[in-house]
Amino acid sequence: MAQYDVIIIGGGPGGYNAAIRAGQLGLKAAVVEKRVTLGGTCLNVGCMPSKALLHASELYEAAAGAEFVTLGIDVKPKLNLVQMMKQKADSVTALTKGIEFLFKKNKVEWIKGAGKIAGAGKVEVTAEDGSVSVLETKNIVIATGSEPSPLPGVDVDQNRIVDSTGALSLPEVPKSLVVIGAGIIGLELGSVWRRLGAEVTVVEFLDRITPGMDAETAKTFQRSLTKQGVQFKLGSKVTGAKAGKSSVSLTVEPVAGGAAETIEAEYVLLAIGRRPFTENLGLESVGVETDKRGFIPTDHFKTTAPGVWAIGDVILGPMLAHKAEEDAVACIELIAGKWGHVDYNLVPSVVYTSPEVAWVGKTEEQLKEAGVAYKVGKFPFSANSRAKINHETEGFAKVLADAKTDEILGVHIVGPQAGEMIGEYCVAMAFKAASEDIARVCHPHPTRSEAGRQAAMGVEGWTMQS
Amino acid sequence: MADIMTPALGESVTEATVARWTKKAGDAVRKDEILVELETDKVSLEVAAPADGVLEFIAAEEGATVEPGAVLGRLAEGAAGAKAAPAPAPAAKKEEPAPAPAPAPKAEAPKAAPAAAAPLAPSAQRIVAENNLDGGAIAGSGKDGRVTKGDAIAALEARANAPAAPAAPSAPREIHEREERVRMTRLRQTIARRLKEAQNNAAMLTTFNEVDMSAVMALRNQYKDGFEKSHGVKLGFMSFFVKAVIHGLKHVPDVNAEIDGTDIIYKNHYDIGVAVGTEKGLVVPVLRDADALSLAGIEKGIGALGKKARDGGLAMDDLQGGTFTISNGGVYGSLMSTPILNAPQSGILGMHKIQERPMAVGGQVVIRPMMYLALSYDHRVVDGQGAVTFLVRVKEAIEDPQRLLLDV
Repeated sequence: MAQYDVIIIGGGPGGYNAAIRAGQLGLKAAVVEKRVTLGGTCLNVGCMPSKALLHASELYEAAAGAEFVTLGIDVKPKLNLVQMMKQKADSVTALTKGIEFLFKKNKVEWIKGAGKIAGAGKVEVTAEDGSVSVLETKNIVIATGSEPSPLPGVDVDQNRIVDSTGALSLPEVPKSLVVIGAGIIGLELGSVWRRLGAEVTVVEFLDRITPGMDAETAKTFQRSLTKQGVQFKLGSKVTGAKAGKSSVSLTVEPVAGGAAETIEAEYVLLAIGRRPFTENLGLESVGVETDKRGFIPTDHFKTTAPGVWAIGDVILGPMLAHKAEEDAVACIELIAGKWGHVDYNLVPSVVYTSPEVAWVGKTEEQLKEAGVAYKVGKFPFSANSRAKINHETEGFAKVLADAKTDEILGVHIVGPQAGEMIGEYCVAMAFKAASEDIARVCHPHPTRSEAGRQAAMGVEGWTMQS
Repeated sequence: MADIMTPALGESVTEATVARWTKKAGDAVRKDEILVELETDKVSLEVAAPADGVLEFIAAEEGATVEPGAVLGRLAEGAAGAKAAPAPAPAAKKEEPAPAPAPAPKAEAPKAAPAAAAPLAPSAQRIVAENNLDGGAIAGSGKDGRVTKGDAIAALEARANAPAAPAAPSAPREIHEREERVRMTRLRQTIARRLKEAQNNAAMLTTFNEVDMSAVMALRNQYKDGFEKSHGVKLGFMSFFVKAVIHGLKHVPDVNAEIDGTDIIYKNHYDIGVAVGTEKGLVVPVLRDADALSLAGIEKGIGALGKKARDGGLAMDDLQGGTFTISNGGVYGSLMSTPILNAPQSGILGMHKIQERPMAVGGQVVIRPMMYLALSYDHRVVDGQGAVTFLVRVKEAIEDPQRLLLDV
């Protein structure tokens, strides 16, 4: 007789949401987590602490730079990095405790230690003190998430050469910081330190930033970041990094070929992406094989082994906390014999820089490649009253809709609080809304959300306010 | 607990509209008390309480479309049905904890059934309104079967491509002051559709004649008291016309036939539809085997059908299977008209107002009570000769009722 209905390995957004849902549905569930706190990468060393620093550094820059002066507020702020890090840590602690509370509320057990599959229906847990126990369960959910991808020649020492975890806790504001990789994580953390005073250079292998983002949107976004002082070296690859006592010297050469150059920086942040964390999980004990990149192949979260499921960053799809959360709910509902489904086309992406970038659905490039006839409606924030009042007129909202049915196929927003605005379009698209459905719905005035509506009107050529 | 179900609606009727609830949730009701009125393409029908009790909740609100067997509401049965107990609102279905997880969960769990009448997206609402589409008839591809703009556009295109579809106005006509827009009842929509279908399908034309009513009127005057005393029903003209029509149909069977594809079906039974005007519109109940009825039987039958029609009590069976129709515009004063066929029938007789007119009889001008007769017929099955002959037969029988007795 199995002790558990479901044991989840990993207590991040995938794992803890799976556990809560399992508890709600009356399943006997446990989470095995090797970290001393719950919440995984997201809460401990990812989304949450980075947002804490992004928020704080944005306000610091507003006060230190021209923005407050424009508003008629004359202050001379002084950076207290220790306090900034402390408030970050306090928020993270509160959030991880919150999950412990939710576990108790939903009668989910938290088993501390490193989990490993030990054959069908068996999970071996190695506790911190080295003691090993084996638990029996009807279902196993792998939710072990991901870790920063390494780059040959660049050894992360978390001292001078850091990954995203290290970059959240630098002991000082670097004079110079080189970010390897112009993805979301690199640009967010690069923004944090630039606002606090670092000179930031971003080196990117591709000839564009934020791969996967709509190209026009990325271009506008890059222009904003450049204006803020971020320097970009696109089409460049880092071939080596030598960490010294107080600086790093990086060898960078053009991807297209040409002379290599050496860049000196106080700190280097390696942020070229993340890879699934699927090693040493005992997958072989149940005959589950990963693909070449380490992902676990699944069919509706089912692996090739009966009773073994996988969700979140370890399976295909965007490596995002909210995607893992969706996987979690659907997976547990399937385990409970219910209906569960995730539409990956409707998983939104957000870059929490300033301006923010948010999008859902298809980019123009994807639509062109798929040969879909589409229409575009675009509205600049410079014509939006709320943005104007706040002196935050960068960016635009763009709605892409099917040329025939008018169904919204993609929405791309670059501008302040874009992340808060994109949810409207996730709902609309889940209901297969047409651009006209947004255009014909009353939006509050004055808000940035009106820019989205005006963009939607633009799809059928009746934008009214620009 | 007893579910209140949508009853069988009759052959070829697949759905009904909930017209009116006479009770509301929480009301106490007695057995056989009318709870809800349904409207179908053909009739209105009433659904009565199956027992004493309290109407617990209403599942199909007014305006909803229901199919036979669909749940309309639920009755909490109770002997003290007259006591109105506050009925609980329908409890939202709670998520039941799975008692034990299935060891091997199903790969594909069933998808939630689409909502019966999902709301239209704002864009779809506009398209439906601007183009007079039936929003409820559009198959929705959105979440839970909702109708998206793409679905509405597809429905619009399907209509544009349908050969017989009438051209729709590009936009709904503006409503001015002192005008009002009212949605057509289902009955009115059906009347409209069927009349137009008859016009589109049949090669329809009308032939006229006139009949001298003197003989029938004299006969009626002579016997009306005795007739009423014997049979308990007044002797009217309709019974003579029904007899005369059957006399004509027997002589010209084409008029009692119908076209079915490339075949003609001749009917050796005489079920005469009698058009009755009601508050809600025209209905045509059918007098069964009218050839086997006496004059008194015909009068009684028509009287009963007319009363049922006006009371909204016609059953499906009362309306189906007629072979020929008589329409009497004369009761409203019509002097002459061209009736439209009641498809798939091939003939319809129009009766009109009796009016005294100077007639030339045997070289003399005399005043006679005259009625114009019109026969609209489907030229595909009835030849001109047959149609005229039929109408002449009717005329002769009315002008000389003894022919009916002798069958000549």
